[in-house]
Amino acid sequence: MVFSIFQYQFMQNAILAGLCGGITCSIIGIFVVTMHLSFIGVCIAHAAFAGALLGIWLGFNPLIGALAFSLASAAIIGPIADRGELNLDTSIGIIFSLMLGLAFLFLGLMPGSRTEALNLFWGSILTVTRPDLTFLLVVTAVIIALIAVFYKEIQAVICHRQVALAVGIPATLIFYGLLLTTGLTITASLRSIGGLLIYSLILNPAAAAYQLTYSLKRMLFIASAFGVISCWAGLAASYFLDIPSGASIVITSSIIFGLATAFSPKRKVKRWQQTQVSA
Amino acid sequence: MDNTVISIKDAVVSYREDVALQDVSLEVRRGEFIGIIGPNGAGKTTLLTVINGLGKLVQGQARVLGMPVNGRNGNELRKRIGYVAQVENIDPRLPINVRETVMVGCYGRLGLFHQPTQAHWERVDRALDMVGIAHLSQRPIGHLSGGEYQRAAIARALVQQPEIFLLDEPTASIDERAQWEILKLIHLIHNKRHMTTLFVTHDLRQLPSICQRLILMKEGRIWQQGSPDLMLTEEILPQLYSAPTSIPGKSKTASSLRFSQ
Repeated sequence: MVFSIFQYQFMQNAILAGLCGGITCSIIGIFVVTMHLSFIGVCIAHAAFAGALLGIWLGFNPLIGALAFSLASAAIIGPIADRGELNLDTSIGIIFSLMLGLAFLFLGLMPGSRTEALNLFWGSILTVTRPDLTFLLVVTAVIIALIAVFYKEIQAVICHRQVALAVGIPATLIFYGLLLTTGLTITASLRSIGGLLIYSLILNPAAAAYQLTYSLKRMLFIASAFGVISCWAGLAASYFLDIPSGASIVITSSIIFGLATAFSPKRKVKRWQQTQVSA
Repeated sequence: MDNTVISIKDAVVSYREDVALQDVSLEVRRGEFIGIIGPNGAGKTTLLTVINGLGKLVQGQARVLGMPVNGRNGNELRKRIGYVAQVENIDPRLPINVRETVMVGCYGRLGLFHQPTQAHWERVDRALDMVGIAHLSQRPIGHLSGGEYQRAAIARALVQQPEIFLLDEPTASIDERAQWEILKLIHLIHNKRHMTTLFVTHDLRQLPSICQRLILMKEGRIWQQGSPDLMLTEEILPQLYSAPTSIPGKSKTASSLRFSQ
């Protein structure tokens, strides 16, 4: 029976992890896509991955290493770019390559079996532990609370950062806060989605929601729904077809993006505008 | 009673190895309309950023609205200063509409943890009505033309209820008709709201007719200042721009379409 899968503790954990990971990654995705900072997801994901590998290598909790590295990289990227010495893409690229180098270094120095390390690459939502799930739940609650409290500042900063600064909003603080929140989200989802695949779960549901509305509030809800559907559908595919969960989640989110793009009302408006211009 | 709202003394601003502003001193009285002209790179925008606290002084002092300008009180200062920059490239897919964009002007004064009330939305609607784009209020901001976008930017600055209005080439990159309409709007707002306005342009044709004082900037310094009649002469302008320059009013330009108030 299909419903029998809900009896298992690991499946209940996975469903909850999919719910929280889907919501948080998609919300962060809306922020980074709107600010044209999509690459930041890749960068922080690799930082989290490198930190987790350091934890495995030195024998402390990989989550602590991931958290420290991802928050540190998020905290470095913003100020470097804001000082104007480098543009944001360049600073993200530098941190990204450093983190990738460190990840391979720690992987190379690691003695014995590297199964746990490689699991962080691909993620495994079906083996998510209770402490991981608790951390993910807390991060989800924190992110939702932050959005509820600072929605107006967040909207102003992601859409018009310079204007936000000019009207007296603490725009730099909010921007750095968003980068740190990105680090927190990626760390919390690392074990279930995986360091390599999490980028897709950040980008795809957000990009899909972007195709369907101009309202930020609606966009946040739609992206969250797409993120959760991606996680749950991917989870089901993983369970029934015996395929890697991270990969099936990402492929599902890509399919949703493809469908949203194909049926986007914005494309119709564009086609109509082109017809008007050529007429 | 001291009527000075902006007081800058020996200001020096530097971006890495380039000195953008050198020994600039300026006093502005409440209610003045000041035009700032000069070639590109003269330091006009930098001067505005010193006033709203975004430009960092390497040397000198600035006092605006009774507050010393320093890194600590920048946000408090900017809540009281409206700033309109030139038309920028806006992502057409940005998830924010015109009404929400104008509301951003209220957020600084509202502060963190406070949500806009019905009164704030009514203020936004009145501002949209005043700048003539109330019918576009639900349109995504990225779908506006250059002239419409500038009207939205002016509405945003208006809802901020500023005491100083900084306009940084607000009519650059928009067509002549839109330029004329924007200038007319700025004229109206300055008079109606009794604001102190600083208007930057490198194009003399876009200089509003209500300008009381003209500041001529060159190579990061205030080169000359005085009434427009004294400054806009065939002797001074070619020296300012280091090129032959026509006097506005003698050619058929946006500002030659002088409007009456």
